[in-house]
Amino acid sequence: MAQSVPAGQKWWSGGHSPFHVEYGKLMMWYFLMSDAFTFGAFLISYGTIRFASNSWPDPNKVFNTFPVIGEMRMPLAFVSLMTFILIMSSVTMVLAVGAGHNNDKKGVMKWMFFTILGGLAFLGCQAWEWTHLHGEGAWWGRNPFMNINGSQSSTNFTNFFFTITGFHGFHVFSGVIINIIMLIMTWRGVFERRGHYLMIEKAGLYWHFVDLVWVFVFTSFYLL
Amino acid sequence: MAEHVHTAAAAQQDESHSFSKKAIWRTFWILLIITVVELALAIIYYESHFLNKHFLNGIFIIGTLAKAFFIIAEFMHLKYEIKNLIMSIAFPAMLFIWFLTAFLWDGNSYKNLRNRYDPHHVQRNNTIVAPQEGKKPGVE
Repeated sequence: MAQSVPAGQKWWSGGHSPFHVEYGKLMMWYFLMSDAFTFGAFLISYGTIRFASNSWPDPNKVFNTFPVIGEMRMPLAFVSLMTFILIMSSVTMVLAVGAGHNNDKKGVMKWMFFTILGGLAFLGCQAWEWTHLHGEGAWWGRNPFMNINGSQSSTNFTNFFFTITGFHGFHVFSGVIINIIMLIMTWRGVFERRGHYLMIEKAGLYWHFVDLVWVFVFTSFYLL
Repeated sequence: MAEHVHTAAAAQQDESHSFSKKAIWRTFWILLIITVVELALAIIYYESHFLNKHFLNGIFIIGTLAKAFFIIAEFMHLKYEIKNLIMSIAFPAMLFIWFLTAFLWDGNSYKNLRNRYDPHHVQRNNTIVAPQEGKKPGVE
């Protein structure tokens, strides 16, 4: 586990952080936990409504289009591309944090740039998906998709879909903004002068959290 | 403040040993493979209804939890923090067990009560208004 921590260290006797991390990083963890409960509340209320419904639209049928290739029947292909983009940008983010550990300014800038690019690509995909669904008549309060058993569906499906993916998309958007600020600060040498790149780590935690939430959104809406 | 910066830099120094590109890429492949398997199962189910949906849902949930574990442990680096920190994150997260159980149970109970006591609701839920296969939903 932790390195260079003397055995028998008394963590709570004062004088140093009992968590062995910097204050800001600890607070980022606690913020992310509160955010996890916000997302959890959204997803669990979605689950509750699904459990309370006799039937529900089939995600494989709702999400079966791909841009450019157009109306081909490709269930879930597009959303898997989005998932791949997000996982990939998570990897570039870890590489940026790793470069920060070696005080490698160029490396941090390169990997932050790719992370931002991935975030923007994800947002672009989501914008396309929303536009497409809106074109099919889906929006808050409107649901053109029938239930899987052919009966009339309620608007619960679209309401939850747009609210939760929208809330997640907003997180991705703010993550991209944070990453852009980090990139500019790195470029201007702020962290170099500070002697450490811990800010990149905190931004990284937030960015991975966005990826983490997408894993759950992806399962709840597209697979289950 | 100077003290604080010093300890922060020291903490960073300590952690640099545990950073390996190999572990990062291994995590990436694990995440990708789990996702691809989940998608493959979802598509197979959609095309052929070959597997039981409840069984599949179980696999999807296990896959999701596995992915969540790898993201938190490796990407967010929690595995390499000290136990105090890990526990202060993991312990409150256990509230989700109650959260999920209580609410999903409640939803299910509401469905059963409604099906038992609201014949109009049951009738509407069993009225077929669209063909099940063929026509793309939402297009006139």
